[in-house]
Amino acid sequence: MHMETIVVSASPHIHSDRTSRKLMYDVVIALVPAFLVSLYLFGISAFIVTAVAIISCLFFEFVIQKYVLKTATTISDGSALLTGILLAFNLPSNIPVWMIIVGSLVAIGIAKLSFGGLGFNIFNPALVARVFLLVSFPVQMTSWPSPVVNNTSLADAVTGATPLGIVKEGLQYGETMTELSSKIPSLSELFLGISGGSIGEMSGLALLLGGIYLLVRRVISWHIPITMLLTIAVMTGIFWLVDPLHYADPLFHLFAGGAILGAFFMATDLVTSPVTRKGMVIFAVGIGAITVVIRLFGAYPEGVSFAILIMNALVPLINKYFKPRRFGEKIKFKMV
Amino acid sequence: MLRTFRKGGIHPPDNKLTAGTAIKRLPVPGVVYVPIAQHIGIPSEIIVETKEKVTVGQVIARSGGFVSTNIHAPVAGTVTKLDKIVDSSGYKKQCIVIRTDGKDIANIEETIFPLKKEIALGPKEIISRIQDYGIVGLGGATFPSHVKLAGRPDTQLDYLIVNGVECEPYLTADHRLMLEKAEEIIVGIKIVMLALGINKAIVGIENNKKDAVALFKKLTENESGIQVAALQVKYPQGSEKQLISALLKREVPKNGLPPDVGVVVNNVGTLFAIYEAVQYDKPLTERVVTVTGKKIKNPANFWVKIGTPISDLINEVGGMPEGQYKLINGGPMMGKALKNADVPVTKGTSGILVISEEEALRKEVQNCIRCGECVYVCPMGLEPHLLMSLSEKALFDRALSEDILTCIECGSCSYVCPSNRPLLDYIRFGKLSAKKLEISKN
Repeated sequence: MHMETIVVSASPHIHSDRTSRKLMYDVVIALVPAFLVSLYLFGISAFIVTAVAIISCLFFEFVIQKYVLKTATTISDGSALLTGILLAFNLPSNIPVWMIIVGSLVAIGIAKLSFGGLGFNIFNPALVARVFLLVSFPVQMTSWPSPVVNNTSLADAVTGATPLGIVKEGLQYGETMTELSSKIPSLSELFLGISGGSIGEMSGLALLLGGIYLLVRRVISWHIPITMLLTIAVMTGIFWLVDPLHYADPLFHLFAGGAILGAFFMATDLVTSPVTRKGMVIFAVGIGAITVVIRLFGAYPEGVSFAILIMNALVPLINKYFKPRRFGEKIKFKMV
Repeated sequence: MLRTFRKGGIHPPDNKLTAGTAIKRLPVPGVVYVPIAQHIGIPSEIIVETKEKVTVGQVIARSGGFVSTNIHAPVAGTVTKLDKIVDSSGYKKQCIVIRTDGKDIANIEETIFPLKKEIALGPKEIISRIQDYGIVGLGGATFPSHVKLAGRPDTQLDYLIVNGVECEPYLTADHRLMLEKAEEIIVGIKIVMLALGINKAIVGIENNKKDAVALFKKLTENESGIQVAALQVKYPQGSEKQLISALLKREVPKNGLPPDVGVVVNNVGTLFAIYEAVQYDKPLTERVVTVTGKKIKNPANFWVKIGTPISDLINEVGGMPEGQYKLINGGPMMGKALKNADVPVTKGTSGILVISEEEALRKEVQNCIRCGECVYVCPMGLEPHLLMSLSEKALFDRALSEDILTCIECGSCSYVCPSNRPLLDYIRFGKLSAKKLEISKN
């Protein structure tokens, strides 16, 4: 017997075929439908924004790890790629290229690597970068090119506000929802993606397809996306029922803006969400509630990014106080 | 919907290559190495000397106390050595080495025993016979069976649970035994029910063994006290606590044992051994062992004499495959990797598994991505990622308060971790240190 080739290690001796890399690439695959929609609507500019974001995220990850931190580089694990895509998806398609590069540096350099790299970041890197850009360059970050079906031109498109922006502004100037309804896209237009907004938040349908893929592949569980969307629907629904003239209906709130992108792709980020199912529900209720408060009463028309970042900060606390129920704690039983 | 335990669990590929292979008798080995610590508890005391002739079934080491049991000569022959030999734990343990005497063929194992249904003995005699004949839990824990059956004065029992789950991938020893010795096992169930003075038993079998479920259902049709339950396939359902939860929805309390919820659990192999001991005065000197692996030429199930070197079993199935591999005593989830094949089969050996090169090597460890999958699959409701980092940082006090000691070491966390983190390795280390800390506190 050839004993020299024997391997000894502790159990278990087999491993499932799930790897971090596969999880990351599954999320990338799930984002493909939404990317195709944005290519269709924004043309080459959507491609440029996405490509620049991906390349600069990979570049910064490589350079910082190799020359600043002097550690092994991890650009092939898929996480920097994913950060790049998600950052691009949170930007308007006409944003200047240098801003994307600055955003990528913030995402990878500050939000991810300065915290210790993959797994140690508290905040979702793509969202940190988006909020950084939003407060630094408010004009460029909120002038949304109107989508043009089957867009092939490189010329500057007409810009306009997002549906959420139109509603917010209109209501502030005393218009009612009935008067505003002609200015905002219909629900089916929102669902298919024909409205102004970030690259990735266009089509609810495309995002839902990706979300379902993630659920089927068990990359994410239903707890965060469904709870978050339900919270938004219930809260906005209550206001709408009480005063339909001054509050938009819940379906509008679900499909306009970044609610679906946030629910399925941003809030579910494995690293920055709670580890228990109970914790995930609390986390998602918090995101939904903060989103609604910002949208209805805050200064910004959209609040998903802020809501997710605020709840990201609470994740360690949620993990501490919402532990799984230990086996053997319920000791009541009936003898027969 | 079939029943299963509620919390956690995983679905590894079951790879039961030998489910359709009838149990064969392994030829009597030339030499056997019989360790005197084959059970949990006090080791037995050797009562033979070198050069002494022994017959099959003769007591060669006597029970060292209440939580201990007799050990019998598995073969007829001559004691050649009383020596320390590395066993499956990786440590040197006291063994009795017996060279088989070819001439003495009065081998009681070779005799065919007809099915004997009437139970002539009372509870006390049954329990003492189980102790005398060296019966221990054959599911792997090797807890002396008479201790379980003697019961505790402060607890009241209502159910015997029969463990026919065999949730470890690859292993089919219990499955084959259930198919080939079903009626004997059912008599074994009745013997134990009589000894415990209870009138209810449930046989739990995972639904990947449909033939065994059907056979047991058919044979117990007219037995009002014995139920047979098919269970959803989910690892680690063969663990007592998970099995009780699956069948009765009762949770054994944190530091408790099955009797705390009115239950005694016995494995089907143990029940067959009890049947033979009580009905035919046969000591536990052999057991069923699955010898398997994807690269093994003729994987099979064998009746193997205790003390047989594992190399004998490997030779019988066509030898070791080429290249690197891992040799495992037990299943792929909880079995122990062996350094070589000189280790003897003991009462706790349910299988010998050879895992080939591509599976044997561990993959590169990456950062924890806090996906929570280990928390989700932990059947004990623990947080393996947290326990690992507490153990890594030597924060054993904190690990104790996070219930590290309730970990059953099923390995589900390490199995699912997408970053290939050695969760269970660290938790084992943490458990050991936490236990020492707990003892020093008290």
